[in-house]
Amino acid sequence: MALTRAQVEGIAHLARLELDPAEVPQYEQSLSRIVDFIGELERASTTGVAPMAHPLAGLVQRLRADEITEQDDHARYQRNAPEVVSGLYLVPKVIE
Amino acid sequence: MNARNTHSATRGAQGAATEQGHAWETVIGLEIHAQLATRSKIFSGAPTAYGAAPNTQACLVDLGYPGVLPVLNAEAVRMAVRFGLAIGARIARQSVFARKNYFYPDLPKGYQISQYELPIVAGGTLDIVLEDGSRKRIGVTRAHLEEDAGKSLHEGLAGLTGIDLNRAGTPLLEIVSEPEMRSAKEAVAYMKKVHTLVRYLEICDGNMQEGSFRCDANVSVRPAGSDKLGTRTEIKNVNSFRYVEKAIQYEVARQIEVIDSGGRVIQETRLYDPDRGETRSMRSKEEANDYRYFPDPDLLPLELDAAYVESVRAELPELPDAKAARFSAQYGLSDYDAGVLTASRELADYYEAVTRGVPGQPKLAANWVMGEFAAALHKEGLEINAGKLTAERLAGLLTRIADETISGKIAKEVFEAMWASGENADAVIASKGLQQITDTGAIEGAIEEVMAQYPAQLAEFRAGKDKLFGFFVGQAMKATRGKANPAQLNALLKKKLPG
Repeated sequence: MALTRAQVEGIAHLARLELDPAEVPQYEQSLSRIVDFIGELERASTTGVAPMAHPLAGLVQRLRADEITEQDDHARYQRNAPEVVSGLYLVPKVIE
Repeated sequence: MNARNTHSATRGAQGAATEQGHAWETVIGLEIHAQLATRSKIFSGAPTAYGAAPNTQACLVDLGYPGVLPVLNAEAVRMAVRFGLAIGARIARQSVFARKNYFYPDLPKGYQISQYELPIVAGGTLDIVLEDGSRKRIGVTRAHLEEDAGKSLHEGLAGLTGIDLNRAGTPLLEIVSEPEMRSAKEAVAYMKKVHTLVRYLEICDGNMQEGSFRCDANVSVRPAGSDKLGTRTEIKNVNSFRYVEKAIQYEVARQIEVIDSGGRVIQETRLYDPDRGETRSMRSKEEANDYRYFPDPDLLPLELDAAYVESVRAELPELPDAKAARFSAQYGLSDYDAGVLTASRELADYYEAVTRGVPGQPKLAANWVMGEFAAALHKEGLEINAGKLTAERLAGLLTRIADETISGKIAKEVFEAMWASGENADAVIASKGLQQITDTGAIEGAIEEVMAQYPAQLAEFRAGKDKLFGFFVGQAMKATRGKANPAQLNALLKKKLPG
C-alpha cells in the first residue's frame, strides 16, 4: 500500500514532526514499506482468535489501594523545566 | 465549485420549507465528566485535593517522566462499578485502557489514558421527569475511566501560558448518553439526575464550580419527523446547569439560523462564553481529530469477577428514584415533593429526621423543609449539614404548630428567631410571649374591643355588607398581636358580629 504525500504530511503533523519537503518522498517510500510489512499480517488466518489487548496472556491488571504515597517534590522536578514562575511551568501561549 | 452548487440547492429547499413554517427537532447527547472522589490519583499515589499550590500534587507518574509505570487505583474501579450498577448497566468482566493521543501542554505524556473499545460500564438507563410531570428514559451508552488533564492559566503571564499539573491524573468517570434528549430542559434534567446520583453514590462531590462535575453537549437539529441526524457541534466543558441550558438554546437557534439562511452546520467544537451568552468556534481544534487510540501497553486488562461485582452491589445505598417512591408511599407526599426532598441524600436524611421528631405530620414537615428551611439556607448560601438548625429543633417548632401552641404564621416569626439565635422553639415562644391564645374569653374580649372601636363598620356589616367580615378578622387578630387561634377567632366572630 503506497502512502500519498498528503498522508505522510498528515502523520508528521499529528506527531508534531517538521519535515523538510525534500524528505517527504523518502518517507513516502519507507513508511509504505512498513505498512506493507504489517499488511502481511492480514494474510494470516485469525478465524476464532480473540483480539488481544496485551501479549502477556493470562495476566491481569493489579490494583493499588487508594492511599497517598507521593509527597510534594515539585522544586526538584521543576529543575528540568525551561521556565517556571510561581510554581507554574511556562510554555508558549496556547489559546482556545 | 461543486460544493458551492450543492450549497445553494440546499438553501432553496430549506428556505422554501421554512416559509411553510418548518418545525425543527433538537437532538442532544451529553458527555458528563465526574471527578471520582478518591484520595489519590487514578494511576499514582499523589493526592487529589482541590486548591493546592501549583504542581505540589503532581508526582513523576503524573508528570509523564520516562520510566514510570501507572498502577490502577482500586477505589476508582469500585466507584465506576457502583455507578454502573446504579444505572442498571453491564459491568464489563474485562475492560481495557487505551491511549488517546494528542498534543497539548496540560497533557504531559502526549496521551491521555482512557478507555475506548472496552469500557468498564456499558448500556444503562436513567429516568428523568419532564416539565409536564411525565417520565422519560434516557439511555446511557457507556461510562469509562480515564485520567484528567492539568490546567492552563493565561492571566498575567506576559504572553505565556502557565501549566498547573495538580489535576493531571485525577480519576474521571466519563458518562456518555445516547442522543435522546430533545430540548435544553431535558438535557438539564438529565444532567441534574446524574449529578444527584453520583452524590448519592458518594463517588463524586459534584462541585461544579471547582470543575468536579462538568459536561460536553453534542447538539444538532433536524426537520421534525426526520429520522436522520443533522450535523452536530460539540459544546465543550460547561460547568453549570444554567449555562448548559443557555448554551444549548443558543446553539440550537444558531444552527437553525445557519440552515435557514442557506448555510451548512459545520461539525466542530465550540465553547460557551457565559459573559456574552453565546457559543463560539474553538479554532485550535478545527482540524479533524485523530486520536490514534491503541491499548496502553503499560496497563494490563482489568478483570472483574462476578463475586466482586456482587459485593459492590451489596453496598449500594437506597437510590434517588427508590427513595422518592418510598417517600410518596410512606409519607403520602406528592411526586413533586418527594422528588424535591430526595434531590440530595442530605436533604432526604434531614427531612426524615424532622418527620421522626414530629410524628404524624409528614406533609407539615415537607412544607417547612422545602419552604422556610430551604429558603433560609439558600439566602445564606449554606449547606444542610452546616448545622445552622438541626432537624430536632425544626421538629420542635413543628410540634408546637401541630399541638396548636402557635399558628403557622407566628411559627414563621419563631423560625426566624431560632435561625438567628440558635434557641429552641419553646424558648423563643416563651421569651417573646408568642403562645397562641386559645382561651375563648380572651378572644371574645378582643372581639368586643374591636366591635366597640368600629361601630360604623359593624353597622354596615349588620346591614348586609358581608365583605367586612374579613376586616373584623384582621382587626381582632391585630388586637391579639396575631396570636389568636384562627379557627376559634373565626367561629367566635361569626357568633358575635351579627349581634
